[in-house]
Amino acid sequence: MSLRTQPGPYFGDFGGRFVPESLVAALDELTAEYELARNDPAFAAALTKLHVNYSGRPSIITEVPRFAEYAGGARIILKREDLNHTGSHKINNALGQALLTQRIGKTRVIAETGAGQHGVATATVAALFGLECVVYMGEVDTERQALNVARMRLLGAEVVPVKTGSRTLKDAINDAMRDWVSNVETTNYIFGTVAGPHPFPAMVRDFQKIIGEEARKQVLDLTGSLPDAVTACVGGGSNAMGIFDAFLDDPDVALFGYEAAGDGVETPRHAATITKGRPGVLHGARSMLLQDEDGQTVDSHSISAGLDYPGVGPEHAWLASIGRATYLPITDDEAMSALRLLSRTEGIIPAIESSHALAGTLELGRALGPEATILVNLSGRGDKDMETAGRYFDLLDEGAEQS
Amino acid sequence: MTTPITSGAGSTVEQTIARRRSAGGGALIGYLPVGFPTLNDSIDAAVALVANGVDVIELGLPYSDPVMDGPVIQAATQQALANGFKLRHGFEAIRAITAQVDAPVLVMTYWNPVVQYGVERFADDLRAAGGAGLITPDLIPDEADDWMAASVRADLDRVFLAAPSSSDARLVQAIEASRGFVYTVSTMGTTGARAGVDAAARILVERLRAVGCTSACVGLGISTPEQVREILGYADGAIVGSALVKALTDGGIPAVGRLARELAVGARDIRPAA
Repeated sequence: MSLRTQPGPYFGDFGGRFVPESLVAALDELTAEYELARNDPAFAAALTKLHVNYSGRPSIITEVPRFAEYAGGARIILKREDLNHTGSHKINNALGQALLTQRIGKTRVIAETGAGQHGVATATVAALFGLECVVYMGEVDTERQALNVARMRLLGAEVVPVKTGSRTLKDAINDAMRDWVSNVETTNYIFGTVAGPHPFPAMVRDFQKIIGEEARKQVLDLTGSLPDAVTACVGGGSNAMGIFDAFLDDPDVALFGYEAAGDGVETPRHAATITKGRPGVLHGARSMLLQDEDGQTVDSHSISAGLDYPGVGPEHAWLASIGRATYLPITDDEAMSALRLLSRTEGIIPAIESSHALAGTLELGRALGPEATILVNLSGRGDKDMETAGRYFDLLDEGAEQS
Repeated sequence: MTTPITSGAGSTVEQTIARRRSAGGGALIGYLPVGFPTLNDSIDAAVALVANGVDVIELGLPYSDPVMDGPVIQAATQQALANGFKLRHGFEAIRAITAQVDAPVLVMTYWNPVVQYGVERFADDLRAAGGAGLITPDLIPDEADDWMAASVRADLDRVFLAAPSSSDARLVQAIEASRGFVYTVSTMGTTGARAGVDAAARILVERLRAVGCTSACVGLGISTPEQVREILGYADGAIVGSALVKALTDGGIPAVGRLARELAVGARDIRPAA
C-alpha cells in the first residue's frame, strides 16, 4: 500500500476535525472545493503558471561539498526553496490556497504566522489576487521578526500582534480561528502548515509536495540514484511533508525531521513535539503535543520563530508512529552554528528554521559516512534572521542604528 | 421527532428546562469559570447565581487555548490558570456547589483536558462529583464516539453545538447526539456581550424545532434581561456567560448575584403557564 498522498481526515490515529461546529460548514466547503480543484486540469495549469512565472519554480538543487567536509564527507545536496519568491517554501501553499479562495469566491483571507514567512507569502498572494488580508502574529514574534512585519504591511496586509497566552504562533492560530468563526462567510483561512483540522494537513501537503517531486527527479538526474536520506526541519512540518511525500514509497530512502530543541530537550525550553510530547488535541487535530498532565498546552521555545510551536502536523505524528520517518532534536546552538557554517563554506545564508535541518544533516552525514548522499530541504533564506544572528554572533557594531 | 439517547435517571438539566417552560418562562443558564478570581470565590459565585434565580450552572474549566471564547472569558480563564488551576479543582468545585444548591451543574470544557484525564475516568469522576454532563465547544459529534459511550454509561448529559452555518443534516446529528439541550449558537462568533442578539438565533431555533428539537438553549452575546426575555419567547433556555464574568470581575460576588437576579426576572412569566 502506498504511503503517499494520504487523503485525511485521519492519518492512523492522528488528524480529524476537533473544531467548533461554526467552522464545520467552512471546512466542508473547503474540502469539497479542494476536491474539485485538485481534479481540475485548469486549476493545476493555473498553479503551474504561477509557479513558473511568479514564484520561480522549479527551484534548483545545489551540491555543497565544502559544507559536506564537516558532515563526514557525505554528499550533501540542498533543495533551494530559499530561492523562491518571498524567500521560503511558504509561497507554494499560499499560491494554491489563494487560487482556491478565488474559486470559492471569498474576498478576504486571514493567516497565522510565526517567523512571518507564511504571513509574507499570504500577504504577497493577497496583493497579487486583490484580496483583503489580515495576518495574526504573536507579539513576541512581531518583535523578533520586525522586518517581516514591515514587509507584510508594505504588501498591504493588516498585521495584528496577538497579545494573549504565550504571544507566539499557537496564540496567533487561536486568534485566526476566532476571526474565522466570526467572518467565515467572507473569509478564507489560508493555513500555513500541515497541522489544523482536515482538510488542511492533506491540502497543505499537496501544495508543498512539489518540493519532493522536483527534488527526487533532480537528484536522480545529478547522481543517478536516489538519496540515502532526506532531511528537513519540523515545526508544524509543511516543508518536511513537502519534501518527504515523494520519497514515502522509496523504502531505501530514510527520512529525518529535525525538531527545535531550544535550550535542550532535557530543559523545559524547547519545541521538540514528537521527541518529548504525547498525543493530544490542539488546533483542530489529534497529534503529538507538548502539554502538562491536565492537557494544558505548554509554551514552546526556540530561537527560530517558525519552529516555536508546541504541536506538529498529524501526518508527521503518524509517520513517526509507524517508524517511516525519524524525528530528532536540534538545539538553538547547534542550529546557529550550522547557519554560520553554511554561510562561510558555501555563501548561502539559511533561515534559522532550515539551519536545524543542516545541523541534523551534519551529524547524520558523520553517521552514514562518505558514501552517503543526503538531500536537505533548505526551506528558507536567512535575510529575515539577520538581527537575531547579529545579536547571537555579536556581529553588530556597538551603538549602530539597527531598526 | 428524534428521541434522545437516555439511560439511568435521565437528564436533570432537561427536566429543569422543561419545568421552567411549563411554568410560563424558560431556563436561565449561567456560565462562570472555575478558579476565577479564586477557587473559593468561583464556588461562592456559582452558588450566588442559583440563589438569585439561575436554573442551570455552566461551569467552565480554564484551558490554555480557548478558541471559542472572546476577551472577557479569555482574561478570566488565563488568570485562573496563572493562579494554578488544575482539573481536580473543577471536580472540587462541582462537589462544593452541588452540596449547597440543587441546580444541575454542567461542565464546559475544551476537549484535550478530557482526553488527557481519560474520557472514561473523567465521566466517572464527573458523575461522582455530582456533575450533570459536559458542554464541548470543540468536539463535534463526528469525533465523539468515546464520549458518547462514556456519557451513556455514566448517565451524563452531552451538549453539542448547533450553529447558524450548520446544515439541516448536522442539526439532526446534534439533536440526536445531545442530551440535556442543544447549545444554539446565536451568532457566528465567539463568546462576549453584543448589543443586539442576532435574528440568526431565532431562525436557527426554528430550524432545530422543524427537525424535532425539544430542548434548545441559546448562547453567545446575551447580557441583558431584555435579551433573555426576547430569546425565551422562542427558545427553551438562555445562556449568559461573559456578562456574568464581567460583573464578577468588576464588582465581585454581590455584583454577579445582582445581575443574575435581574436576568432571572427576564426569564419568568413570558407567557401563560402550560
